[in-house]
Amino acid sequence: MCGIVGIYLKTKKFENNLGKMLSGMLNNMESRGPDSAGFAIYKNSDRKEYKYSLCINNLDFSKFKKNISQKIKNLKLNQYSDHVILKTTEKPKKFINLINKEFPEISIVGYGHSIEIFKQVGNPKDVVKKFNLESFSGTHGIGHTRMATESAITTDGSHPYSTGEDECLVHNGSLSNHNNLRRELKKKGNIFTSENDTEVAAGYVSNSLSNNKSLKDTLVSGLKDLDGFYTFIAGTRKGFAVVRDEIACKPAVIAETKNYVAIASEFQAMAHLPDVNNAKIFEPEPGIVYSWGN
Amino acid sequence: MKLDLKKLKLRKVNEQLQSIDRKINDRNFTIINPEGNHAVCAGLTEELNINIKGHVGYYCAGMNQKANITIEGNVGTGVAENMMSGKVHVKGNASQSAGATAHGGLLIIDGDASSRCGISMKGVDIVVKGSVGHMSGFMSQAGNLVVCGDAGEALGDSLYETNIYIKGKVKSLGADCVEKKMDKKHIKKLNLLLQEANIKNQKAESFKRYGSAKKLYNFKIDNISNY
Repeated sequence: MCGIVGIYLKTKKFENNLGKMLSGMLNNMESRGPDSAGFAIYKNSDRKEYKYSLCINNLDFSKFKKNISQKIKNLKLNQYSDHVILKTTEKPKKFINLINKEFPEISIVGYGHSIEIFKQVGNPKDVVKKFNLESFSGTHGIGHTRMATESAITTDGSHPYSTGEDECLVHNGSLSNHNNLRRELKKKGNIFTSENDTEVAAGYVSNSLSNNKSLKDTLVSGLKDLDGFYTFIAGTRKGFAVVRDEIACKPAVIAETKNYVAIASEFQAMAHLPDVNNAKIFEPEPGIVYSWGN
Repeated sequence: MKLDLKKLKLRKVNEQLQSIDRKINDRNFTIINPEGNHAVCAGLTEELNINIKGHVGYYCAGMNQKANITIEGNVGTGVAENMMSGKVHVKGNASQSAGATAHGGLLIIDGDASSRCGISMKGVDIVVKGSVGHMSGFMSQAGNLVVCGDAGEALGDSLYETNIYIKGKVKSLGADCVEKKMDKKHIKKLNLLLQEANIKNQKAESFKRYGSAKKLYNFKIDNISNY
């Protein structure tokens, strides 16, 4: 099992409520995934500046702030429990190398101009509270509650997986050809930080997007290349897309109104959303890619 | 009687409906705010009229006996699974495995049903006013599956004695499922089911009947390639 949720705002009406809407969805998916939870929020952003989502684990925040400030100038840090959103003009390659070298205890959970990612082990309700998701605003968001199957319950094993700039992916299901695909993607230069199958799917998407393929086309080719059971939600700066494998054992339901599109593993995750009873509610058909904003 | 699932615990509501005093004549219930909860009205055994206002989750009206349950919304996986008798009417769409393994009663779905509708059905009658998804009627053993719209891939794969009636297009037939002749008795039965489901704009004669070719019915080594 596992619960996946996503919300894409078609108008500005609910931008200040995005965190509140998404937190309700995650809380309701606790029954599908009590081991860990995570979410990605996309905000309108300054394209000059990069945002790095870091899990500092047991590192003392003030100590980290002092040390990193000596190495990088003009940075802004916001702490959310054991996560830090670090804003700087420093380019990803250099910055990621610096963190990996100087702060090996830190996990980089994502980066980009608009994405902010938070994920941690524990009950979804606690994780949502810990990062104060309710206070977030944004244009779209994706979340996941995990019932761990094929790899350990760790921060690195939690979703969403972000393997490219402003990209993320959540997954309900399991892949059977991830080891082979991981080897192939490593040869192409992809870097993986866990043994998790979903990270391979995220890497596959990143690799394809970096070759200028659209998200929709990427997921269409994924239907052939990714073997296993899945419902995926893949997010980019502009929006998100959803796809179910052709057997479609893993559930998904979509609710669309004039103001938003919401997707979740089960309808109960969306029952609290405004005007949901008047929404167009449907299940994404097997093997068809649905996308918004991209 | 009105039961509000926002105020009452689901288990309490189900317990109340499962243990109705036989001497009580008021058998009409309305359930409000189901909010996608699972197993709403599961395991009912008495003649009750229940109206659920809103969308429900998985296994709604599962194992139903005698009760008449209407859902004014969509249903999740396995609505009326293993129903024995009674009637379940979904006014919206149904997710996968609607009416799975059901032995009796009538399941009506006004919208579409997704994959595996009527999987392993054992005597239930299912009438879908919209379309059904892939693998519908898989290993179905008895009863009737009526679809006024289209059917997805592998319809009726490995089925036994179920009659499947489809008005629209069939994407593909499953192993051992073939189109069969509509006899008078089939038209009579189909007309009865359409009438019970209050469908007035469809004629039984315009449907096609599908059933088992019976090549895989018993194991024969000559048919090994078909399995």
